[in-house]
Amino acid sequence: MTILNSKIPEGPISEKWSNFKAHCNLVNPANKRKIDIIVIGTGLAGASAAASLGELGFNVKIFCYQDSPRRAHSIAAQGGINAAKNYQNDGDSVFRLFYDTVKGGDYRAREANVYRLAEVSNNIIDQCVAQGVPFARDYGGLLDNRSFGGAQVSRTFYARGQTGQQLLLGAYSSLSRQIASKTVAMYERRDVLDIVVIDGKARGIIARNLVTGELERHFGHAVVIATGGYVNAFYLSTNAMGSNGSVNWQAYKRGAFFANPCFTQIHPTCIPVHGDYQSKLTLMSESLRNDGRIWVPKNKEDVEKIRAKKLSPSDIKEEDRDYYLERRYPAFGNLVPRDVASRAAKERCDAGFGVGTGLAVFLDFADAIKRLGKAAVEEKYGNLFQMYEKINDENPYETPMMIYPAAHYTMGGIWVDYNLMTTVPGLFALGECNFSDHGANRLGASALMQGLADGYFVIPYTISDYLADQIRVPRISTEAKEFIETEKQIKEKINKLFSIKGKRSVDSFHKELGKIMWEYCGMGRNEAGLKKALELIPALRKEFWSDVKIPGENNEYNNELEKATRVADFLEIGELMVRDALNRNESCGGHFREEMQTEDGEAKRDDVNFAYVAAWQYNGENAEPTLHKEQLKFEAIEMKQRNYK
Amino acid sequence: MAPFINSSIGKKVIMSLTGIFLLVFLVVHLGINMLLFVSEDVFNAASHFMAKNPVMFVLQHVLALGFIIHIIYSLITSYLNMKARPIGYAVIDRSKSSSWESRNMLITGSLVFSFLVLHLINYFFKMKFGDVEIESDFVLVTDLFGVWYYTAIYIVSFILLYLHLNHAFQSAFQTLGLNNSKWLKRWKVIGTIYALIICLGFISIAACFFARSIV
Amino acid sequence: MISTLNLTLKIWRQAAPKAKGKFESYHISGISTDCSFLEMLDILNEKLINEGKEPVAFDHDCREGICGMCSLYINGRPHGPDDDITTCQLHMRKFKDGATITIEPWRAGPFPVIKDLIVDRKAFDKIIQSGGFISANTGGTQDANAILIAHDDCEESMDAAACIGCGACVAACKNSSAMLFVSAKVSHLAKLPQGKVEATKRAKAMVAMMDELGFGGCTNTAACEAECPKSISISHIARLNREYLCANLMD
Repeated sequence: MTILNSKIPEGPISEKWSNFKAHCNLVNPANKRKIDIIVIGTGLAGASAAASLGELGFNVKIFCYQDSPRRAHSIAAQGGINAAKNYQNDGDSVFRLFYDTVKGGDYRAREANVYRLAEVSNNIIDQCVAQGVPFARDYGGLLDNRSFGGAQVSRTFYARGQTGQQLLLGAYSSLSRQIASKTVAMYERRDVLDIVVIDGKARGIIARNLVTGELERHFGHAVVIATGGYVNAFYLSTNAMGSNGSVNWQAYKRGAFFANPCFTQIHPTCIPVHGDYQSKLTLMSESLRNDGRIWVPKNKEDVEKIRAKKLSPSDIKEEDRDYYLERRYPAFGNLVPRDVASRAAKERCDAGFGVGTGLAVFLDFADAIKRLGKAAVEEKYGNLFQMYEKINDENPYETPMMIYPAAHYTMGGIWVDYNLMTTVPGLFALGECNFSDHGANRLGASALMQGLADGYFVIPYTISDYLADQIRVPRISTEAKEFIETEKQIKEKINKLFSIKGKRSVDSFHKELGKIMWEYCGMGRNEAGLKKALELIPALRKEFWSDVKIPGENNEYNNELEKATRVADFLEIGELMVRDALNRNESCGGHFREEMQTEDGEAKRDDVNFAYVAAWQYNGENAEPTLHKEQLKFEAIEMKQRNYK
Repeated sequence: MAPFINSSIGKKVIMSLTGIFLLVFLVVHLGINMLLFVSEDVFNAASHFMAKNPVMFVLQHVLALGFIIHIIYSLITSYLNMKARPIGYAVIDRSKSSSWESRNMLITGSLVFSFLVLHLINYFFKMKFGDVEIESDFVLVTDLFGVWYYTAIYIVSFILLYLHLNHAFQSAFQTLGLNNSKWLKRWKVIGTIYALIICLGFISIAACFFARSIV
Repeated sequence: MISTLNLTLKIWRQAAPKAKGKFESYHISGISTDCSFLEMLDILNEKLINEGKEPVAFDHDCREGICGMCSLYINGRPHGPDDDITTCQLHMRKFKDGATITIEPWRAGPFPVIKDLIVDRKAFDKIIQSGGFISANTGGTQDANAILIAHDDCEESMDAAACIGCGACVAACKNSSAMLFVSAKVSHLAKLPQGKVEATKRAKAMVAMMDELGFGGCTNTAACEAECPKSISISHIARLNREYLCANLMD
């Protein structure tokens, strides 16, 4: 018996969202002015939500840890955004986008949410163009598209290799407009450290001013979290240095269930690790797989010579190269979904065919340059090639890039119902920080789509539906005992961190956690390893709380304290990820349990026992969380073994 | 108009328009000076016309106004620009990002201005307000170029003017918005050619007459 | 071929916005040439923490050259000695063994120092808020392909839109002018049909805000263009000047 109610509207899948919109409760304009909404995070989901809610007339307060809302990590998304416009006349449709997304997610996403996502995808493109996003155009002035992994149509809209940047700047400009008209108040350089729950409902937050160290209390009739994913639990990832899971984690501790925490995406095309001092991994857009071909040498002797730099990649003859994706997956070739591409790279490297340090494969543009010319390749990918050259000191126009998979995105996140509301009434989760749309693997160019769908087109309706019966709730004073109590708990936590005065830096713990996570809960997972991680992580956490060293004071800009509060949470999030991975005794999408694979090494799902969303409930420190299951029902699509061959 | 003139761009537009006016004046001035090479009479006639004609009388005031506005606004903008960075850098390396002339317009401008004052004292006031009617402007000029240090100052001043103009020309059109990615380079080339013609023109006169005086 | 560097770092230290700052010197050794500049600072900070000293505060986030949060005036140049990159993309192979590296914060009146190398760049947000947008509410927009935009216009708009708002243009300019930043936004939107509607209002509002915040004026030295990590051209400044002039002539 589950207590989870996903609140999926009645009717056939294509009419659910229309039905919801036709019947949901609304707040009239005069009442909207009396309602405060807190939004945490200024990425695509947060900025678009705050702007849209501000336009509607609500009083919005929005928070970010960076110095400006324009810095949110959505900005780093490169390749593009999907939409079912079918401008290319290549057979796309809302249903096909929906189908590809569910299939790409290995049938672990909630069908109704994904359909809605596909449905509003077209509005997003219209909205972004109206805001001035300069999507690429062809010479007739119409929009251009490119292809992405996991799809056989070209449905990805792009702005060079900076699509995320342009979409975020679009949302940021709308947000700026609302800030200017005073419907939205901006609070930058703030870390939101806790959610305030009053009478079972989310009613506010406590934020720390990162410049002065002051704790601030803010009330909201509803709280929207749009704080992205927690993949920095791996320490080395493609996320920004400041990206963290702390707000999600506090929400979890305040009663929101955490769903599918083990579903993390390992992106196949990143620049390989090159040293201990490394702080982050740089992504090379998936769009590169449109024109780049991935290979390793067929013969071990060639591998050795390349590693020793006695041979250059171009010396290897065509017949001595193993284009392993094209070999294994002829139908999709280099454009298989990310999880498949990542595992295939790992398989080759584990078998001893990796180049560079042994943990890298080639991504080769020689054919594309021959076919299209250097100028065309440069127009499409110029900025990515430049980025690669600056980091590696090698020119990818002349020698193939070296790439390796890296932690990139978390499909798992806060459990939400169809209305994007968590199990705490009044607390909503949008974008990457919720779990709902990508199942066990996200397709390329779908994260941008989801963030903007949630922010522009879903939350304005669903939050109104919730707030309609909140209009009589007067603004609660931030002197209420719940605010005082929550703030007190944070103060104690901060004081405790300072009082430890240990010997190790915060980063050293974070790096150690990252190594454990990558080793035991990364691309391949098995029971023994996961069990080991379940011992290692609590031990590391214990050491953290007895030996961490935080210089400086609380009442000033103190980056070490900031990092410490985040790493303290990662040390708990990591454990839940491992616990969930151990529980899910099947392979699906990005979650690959080595015990569960087919003879040719493909992921083997177990739909009989695991076709559910694993939603974890917090039971207090040191107590095991409770697992709740939301059974996934597929009515519009038949569950099949994924096949990209 | 007040908000426009007080805006940072407005001030620069004034600098630009007065600057272009001065660029045109230099062409006229050089043209008349070149008559020195034609003959004494022709030059004297032109010089007399410039000094005594009532239309020229009005234009001289406009020209003076052009100089004054250009100088006043250069001082205002320089002051405001300096104020925008209350604390400076300890180490600055702008050699890779911008040209020396573009960064030192105030200095080259001030030096050229100092020369202008000397120039006015030596020629303009004498030609226009001289107590004794000068028998020949031509003689006045050629006599002065016979003085070696005067000629040296003259030549150095025009090298400074070259540096000033080389940036000024393209900058004027950029400020007026009459520029784009293609014209950026073109204006620069045209500006350099203009500055070279003007400065070499003036210098050639000085050098020539100095040479004649020592032969 | 990994080689390592021994370096002297001269870093601006300032405890708080109003505090008096000064340069401190640090010696650091064994830095790999494959290491990024910020990773080198991470190593320094780790060392300082272990010695019981306060780490150097500096802004950074994405570390892949797109968020615009990292800054640093390195040896007299914003974002350091390499071209077309942000500080986070700068690698130590650009420095010589035994070198002294001077690291300062962005210097400009409208960018006050918060701590050490961190400055407050809220002024840029204020400029965008004054008009750097198209007034299009969510919903109610026409089909994206109903607006035709010539390929070259779109590309030029994108060239300008690539601005990451890091502030290197202001830091590089001898006048602390924000013209390249403002012009990039004005140009990005003015090149698109959907942005033309508000173009004159936008140019006037953004320039007024830029002046009010105390940025200097443009004297066309083009240092901004040379130091811009996204190579944004000063031809956009010409467009801003044009838009601004026309907007005022129409009044």
